[in-house]
Amino acid sequence: MARIAGIDLPKNKHIEVALTYIYGIGRSTSKEILDKANVPYTKRVSELSDEEVAAIRSVIQSDYKVEGALRSEVQLNIKRLMDIGCYRGLRHRKGLPVRGQRTRTNARTRKGKRKTVAGKKKATEKK
Amino acid sequence: MSRSIKKGPYVDPKLLKKVEALNKANQKKIIKTWSRASTIIPEFVGHTFAVHNGNKFVPVYVHEAMVGHKLGEFAPTRIFRGHPGVKTERTTSS
Repeated sequence: MARIAGIDLPKNKHIEVALTYIYGIGRSTSKEILDKANVPYTKRVSELSDEEVAAIRSVIQSDYKVEGALRSEVQLNIKRLMDIGCYRGLRHRKGLPVRGQRTRTNARTRKGKRKTVAGKKKATEKK
Repeated sequence: MSRSIKKGPYVDPKLLKKVEALNKANQKKIIKTWSRASTIIPEFVGHTFAVHNGNKFVPVYVHEAMVGHKLGEFAPTRIFRGHPGVKTERTTSS
């Protein structure tokens, strides 16, 4: 079992895919890392030798920001926006979409579950 | 698409002239401006701008962290006062 950056990698997957279980590594970053560490993409995690694991680990440690460090960086960036009081910061504070998307409908990822507001009943129901 | 780096940041030339004059004279005066699209450059730090929001001028004091943003980002153009028909539990300020 290989443990890289504090994450247990799944044993039976190709290392190319397994690396993406680490926060901050996607398929292309994963390939970059494997190129630098000289490990074939399609090797299974369980088949990796200790040297290969060490090589991957050292590449990630020296060149990439992953997991906790990356998460805190993102949080700091958001905090900076909120502190300087710019438009994007205000949107983060209110939990609304930041990049100019519509909010009349949708935007449920940012706004969370629908909170129904009891509105006025329609006075006239005839058409 | 973001602006080409070759051109450098956009700053309204008139605004830049005013800031430079103030920097030379070592003065701090509020600069009224409509130029919301101007990028905040390091020369602006420490000055206060009155940025137009379409209705009135919003005072914006420029910190170092604001460099690279646009002046307009700090002067909101819309005021959300709650939805119609919803009784306000708390009184909204401004």
